Amino acid sequence: MSFFDKLFGKKTSADSAKERLQLVLIHDRTDLTPAELDSLRDDLIATISRHVSIDEHGVQIDVEHDGRSQRLVADIPLKAVNRRRARRTK
Amino acid sequence: MPAQVITITSGKGGVGKTTAVANLAVALASSGSKVVCIDGDIGLRNLDVILGLENRIVYDIVDVIEGRCRLKQAMIRDKKLPDLYLIPAAQTRDKNAVSPSDMTRLVKDLRNECDFVLIDSPAGIERGFRNAIAGADRVLIVTNPEVSAVRDADRVIGILEAEDKGPASLIINRLNATLVKNKDMLSPDDVLDLLAIDLIGIVPEDENVLVGSNRGAPVALDQKSRAGQAFRNIARRLKGETIPFIDWENQGGFWDRIQRLAGRK
Repeated sequence: MSFFDKLFGKKTSADSAKERLQLVLIHDRTDLTPAELDSLRDDLIATISRHVSIDEHGVQIDVEHDGRSQRLVADIPLKAVNRRRARRTK
Repeated sequence: MPAQVITITSGKGGVGKTTAVANLAVALASSGSKVVCIDGDIGLRNLDVILGLENRIVYDIVDVIEGRCRLKQAMIRDKKLPDLYLIPAAQTRDKNAVSPSDMTRLVKDLRNECDFVLIDSPAGIERGFRNAIAGADRVLIVTNPEVSAVRDADRVIGILEAEDKGPASLIINRLNATLVKNKDMLSPDDVLDLLAIDLIGIVPEDENVLVGSNRGAPVALDQKSRAGQAFRNIARRLKGETIPFIDWENQGGFWDRIQRLAGRK
């Protein structure tokens, strides 16, 4: 890491190593490839859409970790129209 | 008291497993504990040369398991450290000569013979690794602050957890304080953050380790070596003592400090 790299705020090689490892380890630990995660996402969207209408583009699925335990976190925004329709049918 | 059985493993090869076993064995044996090391790397025997005992081998671990000799006959006693014994690996090409249940039985027989049994695991996660962890009470994982070594260590930690062999403890080997300061090497904190297991020691990169291997006299015997000191500290932690970790950030010495003051680092 040269002086100029630091001066211009270039990412350090240790930082790259850590960030790359964080991603790799998530997949290693869960045996979930990015492609599998995508297909899981599509399945989730399809299943949930059958019950409630959701904003497909806002769906976020991530594997988060706390120590050595992993969790699948899904953030699924519902479409606002639902609420209005629900009120009207009452 | 029955012996503590400790397996040293890593996943990746070449990170310093055998060196760690040799140094911990020497450190434990020179501080009053009776130690038996087992080289679990069948076909790629190495712990004998690192310990300087290569000329004294008559029987090996496969001879014991197949009943060609008694256990005591395969235990080579170090002449300089009378509390240190080695059971060498076989150089046969048949890696399946030993099974996990053979190892468990062997370790059980050794429990009443000594204070510590140290098992040097081969690299990888196959048969040899399974054998090495079969009888272990405790597992130490050796890693280097480097992407491939950390990744493989994580795989091994996962397997140990699944087999209920955890929690393992981590040895970070070959830490280069200058590279860490320049942000060109993962720091111990980075590695611990990624692997999320307990630390038992940080061993600085030290040329004396190679010199020790060349001579068959592990560096833990060298009172002046920094790596030797780190291994002696790990040995004391294994005995249950609480020893503060070496301040790796101030490992550079006088010249290092001058250079840093002059802004060259």
